[in-house]
Amino acid sequence: MTSLHHQKEEKANKKESPELIGTFISVMMLGLFILASWFGVYALFVMR
Amino acid sequence: MISEKLGLSKQETKLSMAYIYVAFISLLIGGLMGLLQTLVRSGTFTLPWGIDYYQVLTVHGVILGLVLTTFFIIGFQYALINKTIGLTVKQRKISWVGFWIMLVGTIMSSITILLGKASVLYTFYAPLKAHSAFYIGLALVIIGSWVACFVNFRQMFLWRKDHKNEKSPLLAFMVVINMLLWFIATLGVASTVLIQFIPWSLGYADTINILVSRTLFWYFGHPLVYFWLLPAYMAWYAIIPKIIGGKIFSDSLARLAFVLFLMFSIPVGFHHQLTEPGIDPMWKFIQVVLTFMVIIPSLLTAFSMFAMFEITGRKKGFQGIFGWVKHLPWKDVRFFAPMVGMLAFIPAGTGGIINASHQLNAVVHNTIWVTGHFHLTVATTVILTFFGISYWLIPVLTGRKLTADINKLGMIQTIIWTIGMTIMSGSMHIAGLFGAPRRSAYSTYGGTEQASEWIGYQYSQAIGGSILFIGIILMVYIIIKLAFFAPKGIEEFPIAEEEPDAEPTPKFLENWKLWIGLTIALILFAYTIPFIEIIQHSPPGSPPFAWPIGNN
Amino acid sequence: MHLHKYEKIWLMFGVGSLVVFLLVIGIGAFYKGTHPQSQMTTIDPQNVEANEAFKKENLGLTKVDENKYILNVLASAFNYDLGVDEEGAQVKSIRVPKGSTVLFHVTSKDVVHGFELAGTNVNMMVEPGYVSSYETVMEKPGEYTLVCNEYCGTGHHLMFATVEVYE
Repeated sequence: MTSLHHQKEEKANKKESPELIGTFISVMMLGLFILASWFGVYALFVMR
Repeated sequence: MISEKLGLSKQETKLSMAYIYVAFISLLIGGLMGLLQTLVRSGTFTLPWGIDYYQVLTVHGVILGLVLTTFFIIGFQYALINKTIGLTVKQRKISWVGFWIMLVGTIMSSITILLGKASVLYTFYAPLKAHSAFYIGLALVIIGSWVACFVNFRQMFLWRKDHKNEKSPLLAFMVVINMLLWFIATLGVASTVLIQFIPWSLGYADTINILVSRTLFWYFGHPLVYFWLLPAYMAWYAIIPKIIGGKIFSDSLARLAFVLFLMFSIPVGFHHQLTEPGIDPMWKFIQVVLTFMVIIPSLLTAFSMFAMFEITGRKKGFQGIFGWVKHLPWKDVRFFAPMVGMLAFIPAGTGGIINASHQLNAVVHNTIWVTGHFHLTVATTVILTFFGISYWLIPVLTGRKLTADINKLGMIQTIIWTIGMTIMSGSMHIAGLFGAPRRSAYSTYGGTEQASEWIGYQYSQAIGGSILFIGIILMVYIIIKLAFFAPKGIEEFPIAEEEPDAEPTPKFLENWKLWIGLTIALILFAYTIPFIEIIQHSPPGSPPFAWPIGNN
Repeated sequence: MHLHKYEKIWLMFGVGSLVVFLLVIGIGAFYKGTHPQSQMTTIDPQNVEANEAFKKENLGLTKVDENKYILNVLASAFNYDLGVDEEGAQVKSIRVPKGSTVLFHVTSKDVVHGFELAGTNVNMMVEPGYVSSYETVMEKPGEYTLVCNEYCGTGHHLMFATVEVYE
């Protein structure tokens, strides 16, 4: 039972981290785009 | 199970195709109207035969925003239900009743608009008064769509009865969520149309409560845009992975995103009414916060999409940080069109966050920025995904093949659309920041310097609009080819699967009572108090005004 | 439900950004009072003159103090009524000195209209039965177009006026 459990855990660990560095960089760039655009319009609001 | 793997029966395909035909006829008519509008606004073109700009604008909005979308979505969703959990003969017969009710409603409203009796735009704000046939037609479209809701709910109920303790197919789950969203949302617009507009337009009620009608409309108006978006998300989550040769990134996260959309896309209508009098700003802000909650499932989706691409690419052996981008089937239009749609959602969603940001809304409210915004969301993200679906769905439904030639035409169509929309929507966004108003015929506004600046952008909108219209002609040509002339054959109905060792989906995600209960609770929280306040502080109602729209 | 490490970071960053946006607009709204226009005053749209501000003689620009003005506007399809000048002609252009604080009061006696002073934050819905109000400081000199930005009928695009801010 314990060994089975152990095995399962190991398996879970193995598939835990698919390599997703490209994904991460992509979404962070997306996030920065949102921040920049939002603060751009915010600046317009404050200046007007 | 085996029968599900086979193609769909003739009767099943006929139902979906009926909806899709109406959708693409609408695309052609509505697209032509859009072209005319951009030409008028450039100041170089006058509509012939005394046709009014706003009549054209009403056709454009109603036929593309309400007819094309609703018909395509219901047709597509019937195909998904057929394919995943099946549709019983009895339910299919009921579905046809829904189709005909919707079609009669559409024709009724369209004739009223064409006769110049309903130039009220697709938002039909009171107290502008259209002929009552316009409102009755709209009510019929909604009632017909409810038939589709209940058919889908019933099928899911039957399937669950036969498959105790099994997880429902992902796409069927998504269809049910979207139809629940639609049903709960349309209760608002149906109440205002049935209780307020129809009696008032027929003369049985002398006045109408303006703010109540607007609040009920926008209770519907925002979930409406999610009703358009969710079928695109269905394709992104559960169909695109199959097309690119991958697996679903996470069944649980996909379901979670849809559940969040159901809960948070409805109690947010005030963000369309931010600059209106008569609504407590505290409640506006509360709905702004709820609006920001509905951004979260889209953040989840962004990650899931990139991850699905990257994992698939790495499995195929592509290395490096962005090596996986190369494996994507860029030359397969079934992927390329929706992919452009996904990318367009980055600026589209960003614009949406800005629009909903409480006082920041004053910078863009009712400027042409907003028009630019929803031409990115619905007219790029959603429609390019719908086109992407059509390239395989129509051959599947008509027993034909998507040939290499048509695929190439589709690629060209997507590129034309992208160029046209970038020019048109881009200049709309910029002009909007300078204050150019939306929903307005050509005007020099007394020759002010500001107005002359706007006209330059209106030129580029006309250029973009003309390019888009070429795209529409090409798309309609492709659809006709796919439906009637492409070689006979068997086209794949791409439905992605999970990894064989995927983590099991938690049971609570299918706890319908919980999600519907929370959805209703959130709606009651967001609307009860302000709605009572609106009614208690009502000014005298408004009599109908027919002359401003030329409806004499 | 399992979340990838990067997905957790992404969600924290994304949700964190949303919280920042909400804090910025929330502090602006509740602390500095920059809520969007949300005037609660009601009015009988068929008898707007019952409200002092919309009596014929009170329409248009009134100087209330040094550098302080009130602009009462009655909107109707397809016109902004800004009062009459000495000769009794309809005013179509308003002039205020740079740095003036202007309080706008607008209502409609027929359908829904918009009230947008292009290039400023003055942007309100105008609905029959309600008064819309917004106060702003006109800092930058120049000519501003006042446009109706909510569809009000076949002459909607002909509904405009101008506001000039002079040095």
